[in-house]
Amino acid sequence: MKHFTTILGHEIRMLLVSPSTYIAAAFFLGVMGTIFTGILESYSKAAQEASPAQVFFQLFWIPVLFMVPLLTMKSLAEERRLGTIETLLTTSVSTTEVVLGKYGATYLLYLLLWGSTGGFFYILHRFASDARFLDPGPLIGGYLFIAVSGLLFVAIGIFASSLSRSQAVSGIVCFAALLGLIIGVPGLLQLPALNSEMFQPVKSAVESAQVIEHLGDFSRGVVDTREVLFYLSGTVLVLIFSILGIEAKLLHS
Amino acid sequence: MPDTTPAIEVEHLVKTYAGVTAVNDISFTVGRGEILGFLGPNGAGKSTTMRILTGYLPASSGNVRICGLSVTTQPDEVKRRIGYMPENNPLPEDMRVSEYLYFRGRLKEIARRKLGPRIDEVLELCDLKRVRHKIIGKLSKGFRQRVGVAEAILAEPPVIIMDEPTIGLDPHQILIVRDLIASLRGRMTLIISSHILPEIEMTCDRVLIINGGRVVAQGTPAALRREILGRTTYALEITGDPATLPMLLAVVEPTLRITATAEPDADGFRRVTLTTENTAELGEPLLRALTNGDACRVRSISRANPTLEDVFLAATRRSWDVRSEDLKKN
Repeated sequence: MKHFTTILGHEIRMLLVSPSTYIAAAFFLGVMGTIFTGILESYSKAAQEASPAQVFFQLFWIPVLFMVPLLTMKSLAEERRLGTIETLLTTSVSTTEVVLGKYGATYLLYLLLWGSTGGFFYILHRFASDARFLDPGPLIGGYLFIAVSGLLFVAIGIFASSLSRSQAVSGIVCFAALLGLIIGVPGLLQLPALNSEMFQPVKSAVESAQVIEHLGDFSRGVVDTREVLFYLSGTVLVLIFSILGIEAKLLHS
Repeated sequence: MPDTTPAIEVEHLVKTYAGVTAVNDISFTVGRGEILGFLGPNGAGKSTTMRILTGYLPASSGNVRICGLSVTTQPDEVKRRIGYMPENNPLPEDMRVSEYLYFRGRLKEIARRKLGPRIDEVLELCDLKRVRHKIIGKLSKGFRQRVGVAEAILAEPPVIIMDEPTIGLDPHQILIVRDLIASLRGRMTLIISSHILPEIEMTCDRVLIINGGRVVAQGTPAALRREILGRTTYALEITGDPATLPMLLAVVEPTLRITATAEPDADGFRRVTLTTENTAELGEPLLRALTNGDACRVRSISRANPTLEDVFLAATRRSWDVRSEDLKKN
């Protein structure tokens, strides 16, 4: 792990000097700002049951589906396309360090982008000065959910990037995987076949993998260790797959 | 006491992928401070062998030891001792030259305090000072190539492996890279693969020719010439009847043979090519025998110096013949 910090620092630097990061960030903040404005408008018209933070975080999947592929698709695919992975791995750097360094840098950027939406709530607090709008429970819960679920989402992006030399393919694979996880899993529960006795264990497994349900729990202030463990174990598994994927490509290249 | 283990030892190296044998039982040794030229037609297994030496690819069987350390059991130690420039010299597009060298230096575990002066040193050596703040993606091919060389020698490793370092360079840049390689002579062990044969001949102490994953010839360029070609060629421009020539030649050296006779030109001189298995200098006795008497007049005589190119072609052709015979037998 001696080289992890070197690679992490290098990757953060490369992300910060790359124009695509700023385009992605501007796009992200634009979309989130529009959503937030829409929420505020609906609140100004009539009183709503849920707090703005709750509604805001319920739409987390929109930016996740677009942002995560954009941020991660370049990482390993570009190294393989240019062949720089060869110069990287012929120093005493292990594949694990490379994957973790890239993962860490992207995850930090992901957190930074989401953290910047905190500005919306600060403005709301500053000008609305209404305590009802700023319920700290859902707010903290929402950000906690973003941080924990982001671990898995970014890992999926890194894994998709390890599969191909082409950024476009990696991006699409990542988008499809995230779409399947966030939208597809609840859809799976609608299958009538899952209701039979035989598939009961499968059904309970699928039920506990519903990302949107997890968000509900987090923003109610319920931090279930089972859910945290779901994301942590998922992250570790996906990262191991990425490392193995890279090494398998080397063996057969 | 200086370490006397060879810098690189390769024993019975085999690499197969997907049923194709890329490297088939290669063995060679490179001594400390030696510069080895690696020759072979495209697809001969040069790059694969180099990648195995660096520990990037695992071998299917066989042993590779760098400075006495096994690549399989101590890959990290081996990688610290190698500076490697891969084929096509991959570089990140969006970094500055000095940033890239700093990053590579940190990965190669050079202390931060020593890294700055060392980067200045290699930039100077590779004539890169002018472009140190330029983005690598915007550099010309010659500069990129030199960035690759600078990166390979950055950590002053005892062994340097370069896969086609002079490909795509103009003669002036080739000269710079050649001088650079010459300046490393004696301090570092180098393996260089190249298609530019005069290049190899000028810089390398020893040449290894591989074809179809096998070593087909190895030795110094001069020894290879003797071994592979096994004959010397003379070109003459003479007048007179070519039919009387064999008699004259037999007196000088029995193995002299006429391989080609051209039509006489306007002045009556014709070009005759002779070959002999005798490697001694036959120019003078030949001249004396030919001018002795009125049988012919001589305008010029020259001894053809076979280039490494001829050796390379002969050696690879020979190995192809062997292979096609093998195929026929099976």
